[in-house]
Amino acid sequence: MERYSKNLAEELYYKMLKIRRFEETVERYFLDGEIPGFLHLYIGEEAIASGVCASLTDSDYIASTHRGHGHTIAKGADLNRVMAEIFGKKTGSCKGKGGSMHIADFSVGMLGANGVVGGGFNLAVGASLAIKKKKRDNVSVVFFGDGSSNRGTFHEAMNLASAWKLPTIFVCENNQWASTTPYRTTTAIEDISIRAIGYNMPSKIVDGNDAFAVYDGFKEALEYVKAGNGPYFLEAKTYRIKGHFVGDPEMYRTKEEVQTVYEENNPITRFEEKVLSENIMSEAEIKAIKDRVEKEIKEALQFAMDSEYPDPSEMFDDLYV
Amino acid sequence: MRQITFAQATLEAMAEEMKRDENIFVMGEDIVRQGGIFGQFKGLADEFGDRVMDTPISETAIIGAAVGAAMAGMRPVADMHFADFMGVAMDELFNQMAKVRYMFGGQTTVPMVVRAPDGLSSSGAAQHSQSVEAWFMNIPGLKVVAPSSPAEAKGLLKSALRDDNPVIYFENKILYREKGEVPEEEFFIPIGKANVVKEGTDITIISYSIGMKTAGEVAEILEKQGINAEIIDLRTLVPYDRETILESVKKTHRLAVIHEAVKQGGAGAEIAAFVAENAIEYMDAPIMRFGAPFVPVPFSPPLEKAYRLNSAEIAKEIAEKF
Repeated sequence: MERYSKNLAEELYYKMLKIRRFEETVERYFLDGEIPGFLHLYIGEEAIASGVCASLTDSDYIASTHRGHGHTIAKGADLNRVMAEIFGKKTGSCKGKGGSMHIADFSVGMLGANGVVGGGFNLAVGASLAIKKKKRDNVSVVFFGDGSSNRGTFHEAMNLASAWKLPTIFVCENNQWASTTPYRTTTAIEDISIRAIGYNMPSKIVDGNDAFAVYDGFKEALEYVKAGNGPYFLEAKTYRIKGHFVGDPEMYRTKEEVQTVYEENNPITRFEEKVLSENIMSEAEIKAIKDRVEKEIKEALQFAMDSEYPDPSEMFDDLYV
Repeated sequence: MRQITFAQATLEAMAEEMKRDENIFVMGEDIVRQGGIFGQFKGLADEFGDRVMDTPISETAIIGAAVGAAMAGMRPVADMHFADFMGVAMDELFNQMAKVRYMFGGQTTVPMVVRAPDGLSSSGAAQHSQSVEAWFMNIPGLKVVAPSSPAEAKGLLKSALRDDNPVIYFENKILYREKGEVPEEEFFIPIGKANVVKEGTDITIISYSIGMKTAGEVAEILEKQGINAEIIDLRTLVPYDRETILESVKKTHRLAVIHEAVKQGGAGAEIAAFVAENAIEYMDAPIMRFGAPFVPVPFSPPLEKAYRLNSAEIAKEIAEKF
């Protein structure tokens, strides 16, 4: 079996940890009343965005969900501006107009989180249509959950992408929960990727809590799509460790169930164990990344706290060109 | 001047702009082989090849993909087949297309045109006859135009195709076949500017799209009774030309708004409220609105006829107020 490079391991670990610490930080500040609106946390799913985005460049596009902080960070968005946006500050990536559910950074190809479940599919397909028309060597990735695979947008987008052989990669984050409903009670199938067959699209299931597995699976998808074969479907099995939103009383599951996953299938501790046992990274290298992430989170937090809120006079800015 | 049909005028606008800007492409149902169900895309695919694309019957994907392509640097034109089917793509129209620029803090533009054939035809019934422009007057972030003649169709479409904002272009199904004078040389009609079609002194009649036909007929009847109407073609519903409206009603002291769409909550309601808010002291008579009754479009010919605007009745109601 091919050994993973230290560079790759460091990149994956750095991204995962940055997402985890970011989410823990905003959760705390949200509960303290410093962050307005709603927060949907990506804790437990970090390996997917990190494993996927490791193979993308700023010229590749991603479309995200309402649980989009992880995708945004993994795609390389400026952390200070992401943090400031979530705090509703004018220095935020969206100048305080979007917040958590509409976080976006077009400078790195992150075409936005979407408050509408299933809203991102066709945007990503459209971006890949633009790639094809401009004959660019890029792809467009849409992240989505098991829940949104029951939206009509999913099916229309899958068909269109496949009929037109567009460079779209559908990345399903099957986190078992459609909001507060266990997905199997409202979804006719166990593996969402089965639906790819109906659209003449190849698919693969990977362990979404193993960043290397996601990385490998996505590489395969990327090769297939970049060869001009049309879209590809990657299903990453994972588990949403936090509630649907911060403050969710989680009446629909037991604390034990969540704790078991957190202890036994935590993508970050699993990653640490693997890279240490296989001598890909050392304790010191792990520590160095932890320190770097702490510093970046602290700086981002300070930047957000120090930034001004938008002035009411900015209300109409950017409505029309 | 030469005369061409409304449909030909839209085709000319498309061809001229597609020649000029290679980022423009058009997608919709039945437009490559059939040339659009009203012939409004006839021959375009022969000239522009794969820049004219037949889509699956997936209105949601058509609008959503157009938004995505626009965000990634293209200038898509999305055909809706019938304006009635915009409901299928409503989330993409009002939550995505209209909002992505604003909610992402101006990081992107969404330069796209949605073409929406609307209005009554011949017994198209409840789901193929509607005029839904008023829905979109309540949605910030997009523009809405509704041309009334071949020349208007060409000038407004050319402006829409160059606008960096999403523009919904309502094209009336009956008007497609109408012929009218259209200059050979290139011209544009600016979005947001109304057109005073006929100056008058006694009442302002505002309309747009096919309602302009009724407006003209009504003015003619009133003229015979010694009432000199000023007629304004609104052309653009979002943003509508407040200045021209105010200037006119301050002169004529009376206002009637006419449209084929349902009267309740229609464009006329907005214009009437705007005038009431800003010029009520100038008005000599109640503001009048004329539109369709609050009922789905019925199928059977006598019912559909009763549903339509009736110029003689409108003129009679207006004259009674003098």
